Amino acid sequence: MIELENRAELAAQFEQIAADVLKAARAKGVTAAEVGINKGNGLSVEVRLGEVEKLQYHRDQGASITVYFGHKQGNASSNDFSKASLESALEAACRIARYTAEDAFNGLADAELMARDIPDLDLYHPWDMDADRAIEMALEAEHVARTHDPRISNSEGASVDSYAGMGIYANSNNFSGVSASTRHSLSCSVVAQENDSMQRDYWYSSACFPDGLESAPAVGREAAIRTVRRLNGRSLSTREVPVLYVPELARGLIGHLAGAISGGSQYRKASFLLDSLGKKVLPDFLQLREMPHLKRMLGSRAFDNEGVATQARDIVSDGVIQGYFLGSYSARKLGMKTTGNAGGNSNLILSDTQISFDDMLKQMGRGLMVTELIGSGINGITGDYSRGAAGFWVENGEIQYPVEEITIASNLKDMYLGIQAIGTDIDRRGSIHSGSILIDRMMVAGH
Amino acid sequence: MHQQAMDYARATLLAPSGLTEAQLEQVFAQLLTQQTTLADLYFQSSNYESWGLEDSIVKSGSYRIDQGVGVRSVCGEKTGFAYSDEITLDALMESARAARAISRSGQSNRVMAWQKQAPSRALYGLENPLVSLSEQDKIDLLHQIDQRARAASPYVRQVMANVIAVHEVILVVDEQGRMTADVRPLVRTNVSVIVERNGQTESAMAGGGGRFDLDFFLKNDQALLYADEAVRKALINLDAEAAPAGNMTVVLGAGWPGVLLHEAIGHGLEGDFNRKGTSAFAGRIGEQVAAKGITVVDDGTLEKRRGSLSVDDEGTTTQCTTLIEDGILKGYLMDRHNALLMDTISTGNGRRESYAHLPMPRMTNTYMRAGNYDPQEIIASVEKGIYAVNFSGGQVDITSGKFVFSASEAYLIENGKATRPLKNATLIGNGPDVLTRVSMVGNDMELDTGIGVCGKEGQSVPVGVGQPTLRVDGLTVGGTATA
Repeated sequence: MIELENRAELAAQFEQIAADVLKAARAKGVTAAEVGINKGNGLSVEVRLGEVEKLQYHRDQGASITVYFGHKQGNASSNDFSKASLESALEAACRIARYTAEDAFNGLADAELMARDIPDLDLYHPWDMDADRAIEMALEAEHVARTHDPRISNSEGASVDSYAGMGIYANSNNFSGVSASTRHSLSCSVVAQENDSMQRDYWYSSACFPDGLESAPAVGREAAIRTVRRLNGRSLSTREVPVLYVPELARGLIGHLAGAISGGSQYRKASFLLDSLGKKVLPDFLQLREMPHLKRMLGSRAFDNEGVATQARDIVSDGVIQGYFLGSYSARKLGMKTTGNAGGNSNLILSDTQISFDDMLKQMGRGLMVTELIGSGINGITGDYSRGAAGFWVENGEIQYPVEEITIASNLKDMYLGIQAIGTDIDRRGSIHSGSILIDRMMVAGH
Repeated sequence: MHQQAMDYARATLLAPSGLTEAQLEQVFAQLLTQQTTLADLYFQSSNYESWGLEDSIVKSGSYRIDQGVGVRSVCGEKTGFAYSDEITLDALMESARAARAISRSGQSNRVMAWQKQAPSRALYGLENPLVSLSEQDKIDLLHQIDQRARAASPYVRQVMANVIAVHEVILVVDEQGRMTADVRPLVRTNVSVIVERNGQTESAMAGGGGRFDLDFFLKNDQALLYADEAVRKALINLDAEAAPAGNMTVVLGAGWPGVLLHEAIGHGLEGDFNRKGTSAFAGRIGEQVAAKGITVVDDGTLEKRRGSLSVDDEGTTTQCTTLIEDGILKGYLMDRHNALLMDTISTGNGRRESYAHLPMPRMTNTYMRAGNYDPQEIIASVEKGIYAVNFSGGQVDITSGKFVFSASEAYLIENGKATRPLKNATLIGNGPDVLTRVSMVGNDMELDTGIGVCGKEGQSVPVGVGQPTLRVDGLTVGGTATA
């Protein structure tokens, strides 16, 4: 079983190291300091064609120290927790801070914002499993995938991963917070062949508690279904049509939104949604909520990377932007207050429009259902969007044939306003929970 | 020089914990079984420093020291792997026990026949680039970049620049007793600008680097040229109009557009995908996959280039591997593990992100050799199409062969002339046949400026690309305008 032995002892050890570093920093005359320490253990097994291929044990650790002399900042990190190494990291951070410029917006988050009551988010659930059992599960997933259809001709393998980690963040405002979490996943990827067409696809399940995972046969079956259905894909002629994003891709669209309303892009004026607070940039029916305290969710956190207490809040209400994602630096730059998002967003929950995936296909009628996107053709400043895609051509609300070697393009501002429906088929594997999203029109380029 | 690399690596990686050769033999005794076909210990220490400028001040700096040892045991197709942040005998023994669990057979009694080697030739110096400039010089350099960019145009509103230096020391010890050391410098400067004109905003970036000292950026105003280039590209983007959508003739510029080769060809020729038969190129050696006259190589031996290595991360001396010769598919890129399984030898392409990652076949510097056409002649040959000069990156689906790369600077070609600038657009094609549609190859082969990062299975490594100007008859352009 992958776990952290003596968690309480480890937490106490982390607290001691953090306190020692902060004390040593004060002795060097810093105005403020912060320290982050983390440690984790992991197991990863990969099988391929019915045999074990890789067995990997992970052991990671790191310490990061940031010091401030007035508003001058320096940072250093080390993966060695010995006294001498931490001392030299602190020395390096101080050296750097002597050379960086005064930046009035630099500094710790305000002391009164520190999380004082840290809720237990129930994120630590080691998996009672050894390497042999992990191998067995991976073999089962791959076996189901390979025997699902005679056209499955090859495999990229199946894997089982389990990770347990603990971290502390402490600063000279007397904040010290420890969090521990586990992460488990099961994935499978196979190759199908027919005529001259060879395709690969995959499926995975991930959760912080073992019971949250889909079964090995379910993962294998889904991987096989997804792979076989891509066979004999063709390109499309160039056309402008509605596009339906499946949930695992739809959450990317919400990710681009989160990026555009993050403090960094706002204060740099590098956002296609610049100054959008209070503005309507999405349809009336769309609600997006940040929920950092959901139990047993991978994106949950009680405090952010600066120790600021997180809280549930509306990001988008009735299509109108209610708040940005701010850490204390970007908040000060914008003359606002931190939203507890130093380090990014926690769980983002997108509302649905009470429609099933099949009904969304019917609503679309004729258009493109996209199941894979490749490349990074997104301009965060203008919102221009152009990416390689694969998926299925849909007529009369029914899937006709697989398509590939096409691109889809538009501008994210138009795409957001053009959202027609959001499905109830919600993907909860990552920190963004979203159903399928139907967009009114995009330019599809092909042969 | 060579002995110096070995001495330096031993002093950095083994001496602090007093590790002796006898103790390494003990570790191998623990690691090797009768079935072991390959095993190695990879000791690594890396120092990293970066300084960042924004709002015309150097507001951040960071320093990182990371070290550890990765222990690998391979039995046929099976690999066991464990690593430790601590370089001590106890940690090595524990990692060796974990890694050997992959093999179910008994201990072997092999004797190590020590063979110590530094690279037979060094492509870069031993000196630590972090200290090649003083702190104040690094800060001054960033301020000069800022001033240069802001002076270049009144529309420049924000300049972000950073200077990064890495010094890495590695020592690989394998099951044959080969002990190889390498000391690797790597530096990089990036400049990113945001311009605004009449309420319209755009951005662009430029940069470069390689395996040398930070002095490089001062010589010939190199870093200032990146500032000029970033501003030039950003201003062009302000004037850009929507790119057309559809299949058309595309002329690719020299240098960084070689990312086409990296995505369309290079990844598909990595040994792991071909051993497993999951690449669209599997089993196609000897077949024509490009037009006649086209030769593509992966060359790890170019002096001081970002993608170059004196030895790879398995201790194999790097080489120049011909991938495509005169249009014919010639060879794959191999690491030791895949080479063993495919009954061939490593091409010196076994690379890993760090001691905490397993090595696999990766590219170094991948480029196409020059042809005969004048680049102007190539543009002049196109009646209607696009001329793509700069790209922001790409991706490939190895199995289907479909690849994309995104143009960040492109122009419409009308009647043989490059005319209006176009907005960013993604281009998509099919790796195994895109090069068969190359109808003209320029005489202006150029390598990129040293900015490439390649990601594969979650591991990032520095790489280089290059090519001459090329005319491709038929690539799908992902614009929004009706062609």
